[in-house]
Amino acid sequence: MKKRRKVREFKPGSVFYACLIYLFLYLPIFVVIAFSFNTSKMNITFEGFTFEWYGKMFENRQLMQSFFNTVIVAGVSTVISVIIGTLCALGLYKFEFKLKNALSSSLYIPIVIPELVFAIALLIFFTSLNISMNMATLIISHVTFSMPFVVITVRARLAGFDRSIEEAARDLGANEFRTFMRVTLPMISPGVLSGGMLALTMSLDDVVVSFFTAGPESTTLPLKILGMVRKGVSPDVNALSTLMIVGTIVILLTSTMIQGRLEKKM
Amino acid sequence: MIKSFRKRLGILGTVGPTVLWLAAFLMIPLIYVIGISFLTKNVYGGVDFTFTLSNYASLFQSEYAKVFLDSLWLSLETTVICLLVGYPFAYIIANAPKKWKPFLVLLLMLPFWTNSLIRTYGWNTLLRTEGIINHFLQWVGLTDHPLEMLYTDGAVLLGMVYALLPFTVLPIHTSIEKLDPSLLEAAGDLGAGRVHVFTRVILPLTMPGIFAGSIQTFIPSLGFFFISDMMGGAKTMYIGNLIKNQFLSARNWPLGAVLSIVLIVITLILMRLYTKVGSLEDMA
Amino acid sequence: MKQTRDKVIISLKDVDKSFEDERVVKRLNLEIEEGEFLTMLGPSGCGKTTTLRMIAGFEYPTSGQIFLEGMDVESKKPNERDVNTVFQNYALFPHMNVFDNIAFGLVEKKVKKDEIRRRVEEMIKLVRLDGLEKRMPSQMSGGQKQRVAIARALVNRPRVLLLDEPLGALDLKLRKQMQVELKHLQRRLGITFIYVTHDQEEALTMSDRIAVMNQGNLEQVGTPEEIYNHPKTKFVADFIGESNIIEGYIEEMDGDSIQVTMESGKARIHETGYRLEEMVYLCVRPENLKLATDSVEGFRFRGQVREHIFVGSINKTMVELPNGQMLKAETPAEDELIPVGTVVNVYWNPGKVVVMRTAEEQIYNVIEQSVEIEGMTNDQIF
Repeated sequence: MKKRRKVREFKPGSVFYACLIYLFLYLPIFVVIAFSFNTSKMNITFEGFTFEWYGKMFENRQLMQSFFNTVIVAGVSTVISVIIGTLCALGLYKFEFKLKNALSSSLYIPIVIPELVFAIALLIFFTSLNISMNMATLIISHVTFSMPFVVITVRARLAGFDRSIEEAARDLGANEFRTFMRVTLPMISPGVLSGGMLALTMSLDDVVVSFFTAGPESTTLPLKILGMVRKGVSPDVNALSTLMIVGTIVILLTSTMIQGRLEKKM
Repeated sequence: MIKSFRKRLGILGTVGPTVLWLAAFLMIPLIYVIGISFLTKNVYGGVDFTFTLSNYASLFQSEYAKVFLDSLWLSLETTVICLLVGYPFAYIIANAPKKWKPFLVLLLMLPFWTNSLIRTYGWNTLLRTEGIINHFLQWVGLTDHPLEMLYTDGAVLLGMVYALLPFTVLPIHTSIEKLDPSLLEAAGDLGAGRVHVFTRVILPLTMPGIFAGSIQTFIPSLGFFFISDMMGGAKTMYIGNLIKNQFLSARNWPLGAVLSIVLIVITLILMRLYTKVGSLEDMA
Repeated sequence: MKQTRDKVIISLKDVDKSFEDERVVKRLNLEIEEGEFLTMLGPSGCGKTTTLRMIAGFEYPTSGQIFLEGMDVESKKPNERDVNTVFQNYALFPHMNVFDNIAFGLVEKKVKKDEIRRRVEEMIKLVRLDGLEKRMPSQMSGGQKQRVAIARALVNRPRVLLLDEPLGALDLKLRKQMQVELKHLQRRLGITFIYVTHDQEEALTMSDRIAVMNQGNLEQVGTPEEIYNHPKTKFVADFIGESNIIEGYIEEMDGDSIQVTMESGKARIHETGYRLEEMVYLCVRPENLKLATDSVEGFRFRGQVREHIFVGSINKTMVELPNGQMLKAETPAEDELIPVGTVVNVYWNPGKVVVMRTAEEQIYNVIEQSVEIEGMTNDQIF
């Protein structure tokens, strides 16, 4: 602490350490991506560069099906989570009612308990009702763990909200519905967006819950890979995984930028 | 009267769907778990509605006790390594030049956004006996025969640390960010050396982040069965795999339910300890 | 100062407001005239903001009625009332620029686009924000935000403008400047302003009339001069400006004057209409409190000079009475000071004292009146 910390510079030791950690974090991702361009069918050594697998993956119907399942489940569960989650956050912000505290703490249950417990609870629940696992059970399960994150994110946004801004809209002649559309919604939109992105990431990332609540027809890509690892994974899986990695990152980067813009304006 | 009716309608319309959803797909399923833990498994892999405590009694069998101890030990190792590796890393990011900081945080978030199973699969590829790392080691001449790396306990630990490191780093990073630099200057001004500034000011003030990070690492690590499946080849049995097996291969649902309840209890105890030092809001 | 148009625009009848068990506004009766600048003044928690919010429609009275131009507005929502509000923290829409903020109300009224443009631009000129149309609220200073908030309300041409401590967040210099601007704006537009503040100086400089509130009660309504020179209650005397308030009782009455006996002395005052032995407060402003080394006719009231405080154009002299009470006297800085420690005679010029009944006496009077109405005499009760 010789000088003021304000003037911050990289120290060589720190740079080295940070690079090492980043390498650790990115190495497996690079490996997955690299082998999607490998001519060899085995993911062992890199023998030559090819785009072949990006064409071949479309022929693998089961693989494509699992990919679409992943995307559909993520998309639908995110939309549902955002709608109910945002409504819930608004209700918690606007109204006082008896079980408010109970509700807000039970929102933390899916966040806190290990997903495994929650997954087998849903498995027991669906099975005992004689519901066989399908896309619907998968989507329901995903909404259950991602919706609380939407509520919490939107609620955090609302907490920093001056109530008189809504009153100002009423005062200037807007009725309740117009106030919501012209003032409340635009103001919470960065929170809704980031809550939605969180829900999307959680759904795309999920393995444990899907493992128990997906049926044979609704396998997701990660589950497919899990099933293949032992026997050896073919490079078309790498190709599809690469697409998924790149796709996720592009979507999230874009939304982060949009969110940043929205917030900067306010 | 009309006002209170409208208010009720408003409450139902906003929080109603969430309440119903959580009741139907969270609370009731959890109650089912508790219920089933007292029932008897039947020969067909289902359950008979006969009350029993024997599922709980079987927890005290030494084989299960070993699974629990192994799992808790693995989670503890994971958490400690994540803290030791993650704290300096979080500190470096938090103190990086302002221009770089958002980029460095983003770089930390990116892998977190991509599917953890795909990333674990990447490690699986790397560590194989005939995999890249072994090739590299042999090429450099560090070893003349391939090392057994995959399907070892070490590989499981690596996979766990890898999957959970961002969960440890982010809360710590947040708490270091909140640190007021003038406090460090004050400590220096009052005669504390670099070590003491760290142990007497920085460390205590970032404790909430350390606790939140530890909890967020420890609890999920108990249930990550797919990592031990992919990296450990199911050589050592962990609680996650044990529970999974009760529902898939062994078909002993009551035992699986009991094991899950044990996980919930462990979680509750940890959360109880945690809420004494931090708040739930820091977790999300 | 008061306009001669005596048309009542807002009237509050027996308005009562409680939040859960707390009664924040107590049977408030107030009439506000068209075109006047009325300030509701009082300490925080006195009910002034709640009253304003009831007029705006954000709160509803627990009982009583509010009339806007003779119409009971009980069933009207804020968006259906012909009043607009300037909020304490401006409450600008953070996602809209200056133009859109000001245009908000006109868009709601479905005014045509080119008229919106014309009226908003006119307003922007009026509040001198030319060139800032495209700015976002986050890019503006407190003073600029304040102007946007005022323009946003005024562009709707409300019958009444409600202002809730609008200058509270500004620094002193800017506040003084905005006070003048607001007053000019009000004169020019002729719109009724109801202005809420806890700053008595602000109230005195800007208002046509001031309504002083305390603990949910309306203490006094009147012009700034009336409020300052003839406070009706101890609270008003204390809250507005500085006052020396001395307790006493009426010992003698003789024709047009009364003799008040205080713990520390006696004084003869030209006043009538009191009862013998009635408890009263005497209120003397520091600039009216005089000190003399010689005795003064009509006064037997002495104290000891304790301290002089020099505050620029005046000197403040602290005088301690035998019972320990401190009185404050102000003298021009050029006057000669009486040395500290000197025992002096305290007095005031005729007409520079306000005699007020104590709260108990006021209640007593009310009972007495109601008893008289019922045709009974005091003796039958006491």
